[in-house]
Amino acid sequence: MPANAFPLGAEYFRVLPEIVLTLVGVLIMFLEAVFDEDQKKIFGPLTIVGLAAALGAAIAAGGDPGPAFHGMMVVDGFATFFRVLVIVVGLFAVFSSIEYLQREKMNGGEYYALILFSIVGQSVMVTANELIMVFIGLEISSIASYVLAGYLRDDPRNNESALKYFLLGSFATAFLLYGVAWIYGLTGSTNLSLIRQALSSGSAPELALTGTAAVLIFVGFGFKLSAAPFQIWAPDVYQGAPAPVSAFLSVGPKAASFAILARVFMTAFAPLASRWQPVIWVVALATMIVGNFAALKQTNIKRMLAYSSIAHAGYVLVAVAANSEIGSAALMFYMAAYALTNLGAFAVVTHVARKGEKYVLIEDMAGLSQRQPAMAAMLTIFLLSLIGVPLTGGFFGKFYIFKAALDSHLIWLTVLGLLNSAVAAFYYLRILVVMYMKEPVESAEANVSAGAALQFAVYAAAIGTLILGIFPGWVLDFATRGALK
Amino acid sequence: MTLLDAVLFLPLLGFIALLIAPASVSRMAALAISLGIFVVSLGLIGTVTDAPGVYSFVSNSQWIDVPSIKYHVGLDGLSLWLVILTTLLTPIAVLVSWKYIDQRVKLFYAFLILLEFGVIGVFVSLDLFLFYVFWEVSLVPMYFLIGIWGHERRIYAAVKFFLYTMAGSVLMLAAIIYLYSQTGTFDYVAILQKLTTGQVALTAQAQMLLFLAFFLSFAIKVPLFPLHTWLPDAHVEAPTAGSIMLASVMLKMGTYGLVRFCLPLFPETAHKAAPCVVALAVIGIVYGALVALVQPNMKKLVAYSSVSHLGFVVLGIFSFTQQGLDGAVYQMLNHGVSTGALFMLVGYLYERQHSLEISAYGGVATPAPNLAVVFLITTLASIGLPVLNGFVGEYLVLQGASQANFTWAVFAALGVILSACYMLWLYQRTFYGRASHSVSHHITDLNSREWAAALPLVLLMFWMGIYSQSFMPAISTQNALILQRVNGSAAAALQAPVVKEVANAR
Repeated sequence: MPANAFPLGAEYFRVLPEIVLTLVGVLIMFLEAVFDEDQKKIFGPLTIVGLAAALGAAIAAGGDPGPAFHGMMVVDGFATFFRVLVIVVGLFAVFSSIEYLQREKMNGGEYYALILFSIVGQSVMVTANELIMVFIGLEISSIASYVLAGYLRDDPRNNESALKYFLLGSFATAFLLYGVAWIYGLTGSTNLSLIRQALSSGSAPELALTGTAAVLIFVGFGFKLSAAPFQIWAPDVYQGAPAPVSAFLSVGPKAASFAILARVFMTAFAPLASRWQPVIWVVALATMIVGNFAALKQTNIKRMLAYSSIAHAGYVLVAVAANSEIGSAALMFYMAAYALTNLGAFAVVTHVARKGEKYVLIEDMAGLSQRQPAMAAMLTIFLLSLIGVPLTGGFFGKFYIFKAALDSHLIWLTVLGLLNSAVAAFYYLRILVVMYMKEPVESAEANVSAGAALQFAVYAAAIGTLILGIFPGWVLDFATRGALK
Repeated sequence: MTLLDAVLFLPLLGFIALLIAPASVSRMAALAISLGIFVVSLGLIGTVTDAPGVYSFVSNSQWIDVPSIKYHVGLDGLSLWLVILTTLLTPIAVLVSWKYIDQRVKLFYAFLILLEFGVIGVFVSLDLFLFYVFWEVSLVPMYFLIGIWGHERRIYAAVKFFLYTMAGSVLMLAAIIYLYSQTGTFDYVAILQKLTTGQVALTAQAQMLLFLAFFLSFAIKVPLFPLHTWLPDAHVEAPTAGSIMLASVMLKMGTYGLVRFCLPLFPETAHKAAPCVVALAVIGIVYGALVALVQPNMKKLVAYSSVSHLGFVVLGIFSFTQQGLDGAVYQMLNHGVSTGALFMLVGYLYERQHSLEISAYGGVATPAPNLAVVFLITTLASIGLPVLNGFVGEYLVLQGASQANFTWAVFAALGVILSACYMLWLYQRTFYGRASHSVSHHITDLNSREWAAALPLVLLMFWMGIYSQSFMPAISTQNALILQRVNGSAAAALQAPVVKEVANAR
């Protein structure tokens, strides 16, 4: 047995966030069995504590970068940025879930445990340095997500959502795994750096074969990112799933998938860049167009936000297509800005929807500015950020992405992408119109004010969105330092 | 912290204060804030008119490190009067809305003051990125002003307004980023210097595309025919204060952009594009006037007259002559004063009779002689009667245009004649004749608040018409510098075609 069969202490430290999250998740599963209804109220705060501890661990681990477990994982600036991001996403999701679960009388521990496990999976994905770890992370994250999407098990919409997500998701994962197998067969390795070496060496395998493998892997990721033409599932899943879960699904797994997509394609497949760049160019444009134009017609706000999240995936793919250090920093910044914005928007939707998600049509927002001026003002900030109006995080995200694209001479993609964002303004404005320019509907539940946790989530997201819009340097600094070279 | 920073950021503070303050004091607070800003802004005049050719009150500090974006603002002879116009019209818009706005008062005044912030920012930014930020920021409050407090089709108009401007401005953003990638800075002064000294040479094709991107975004805002269709909708549906701010100040953002950025940054392309642009401007002048002639709705009439008047401004700008450019900038101010006043007076009539149809009026002069007099002065100012402000601008534009191309001037002069037709006809149908029962019943004369809002504008019409020397030297000096750059480099390009070929080949 070789001397270094067991990892060093420092390497455990580098995976401490995953360890913490797993332990808290398992603890909650145990307590679930022994606690009565009243005691279960502790699960929400307990999850928050666990996430906060993991956040601290992730930041601390970021201070000591390096590989772990024989190079299976790597903690670098890029990984740390996304680790922190997915954990923060988890925090927001939990803050906006507590009130929701009580309202729906489904305050079970497994919900929080599943959220934690999903984050573990995402965290593994973003730190993975080889394809098997990517697959494992993706599966951990996905399986927890499938269950979360159907968490309200008596609700047929939830069932539909979970089933669709599961069937299409596992199908796509199969593609990924098949691609990984091809790559292993072609290069004899699943390690990203070794694959890169193999592909750039003189005896590189046949391009047709490596290309096929890359395409298979891209299909697997494309599904998770809801990139066209693999976006079909997203509207149904986001519409059917519980609102806080939709919020979580639209940012958490997506951020992790983008991180690993960028890492795999910009490191392992870097030698093939001239081949995959045009493909991503086309996919990015198609994704933006499909998302934006389909969103124009939606009446259900969750469904609209689903199409909007497809469109935003298109913008982020522009950053991947740029294939540069600036592009990767732009991707990181954009995901952070988009995560805060979208979580905030979904939190307001969660609040307005009330029990059983009765009010999820755009029309139901009528007169919100008069019934609940603060909530309406916050949603306005989120929507302006989604449109990309200056002084919000969404604007700088778009700005950095399209700047990266121009620097990589993707002039037409930039112009078409920017015009797309003008189209997008229309459907976001529709919500503003309804909130501010239509008379309120009379309803007994219309004036219920939000609980403290949800309010905290909304305000924190709004402040974060504005800070990213006014002082983007604070986050961009981290992104630039962690960007993939 | 310069005085200009104070003028720029006081509205932002005012916006926040208005949001915090209880709704019962919103009106008074908005008036006090906007008047205060106006008084402070008067302090800017002396310094700038002493040295109109350079930027005064410059603040230049780093806002964002990577990419380097600066908070770089300054004021010169070109932007000075536009800033003063903005700070003057905001309290007037507050006064005009005193009774008219009775719902969600607090939000209304907050947005009005936020609009002032955005517009002043546009006029003082010397960093292209900052300019773009303010350009978009000014969009949001106007969208709400139209959409919440407008007339029946307000939502359609507000969304149309937002989308038109947005579509244009994203192209400008692409152009700004491209300029950055070529020059390594967003700083307008630095970019201009690099382009002038030849440190950075853009290919002719790149220049043309960049010019088009900027131009399209400004032309939508101006609005230049055939991109004007959002304007009548927005004007008709906006509340009075919204119409005033839109016509007087926000349209000037477009023409200001043309003078400040399009001409100096891309002089050769501007010369190349001039025939097409002027053709559109002249079509706009005549078309706007003809359409105004047949409007049954007062606000729509004034809106189309704006299309016509702004055509004059664009014609003056693209004549590339000192007189033409001076006239264009002066006409920007004139249009701000007289069209602002027209929208205000139409608003007064609407508050009394609750109709914008001209046919609902007639004989208004009998119950409201003072209103009739003020309206007449404004009408004559808008037509361009000597002694009033419109004459100075129109004359200079026509002279400049005739120096460049006599045919242009002929067509433009046609617009002057038509403007007399539609304005006087409007006046005749509204104020003369026998007062119907409903008119004599509802129409009352100006009250003291309405006088307070109207009087400054009327005085300005006379002042600007009789003693344009108070305003013109500052404008002229800056225009001369711009023209030097525009004509100078174009002439150099003509004289040295070989050099140009080399630049293109790169």
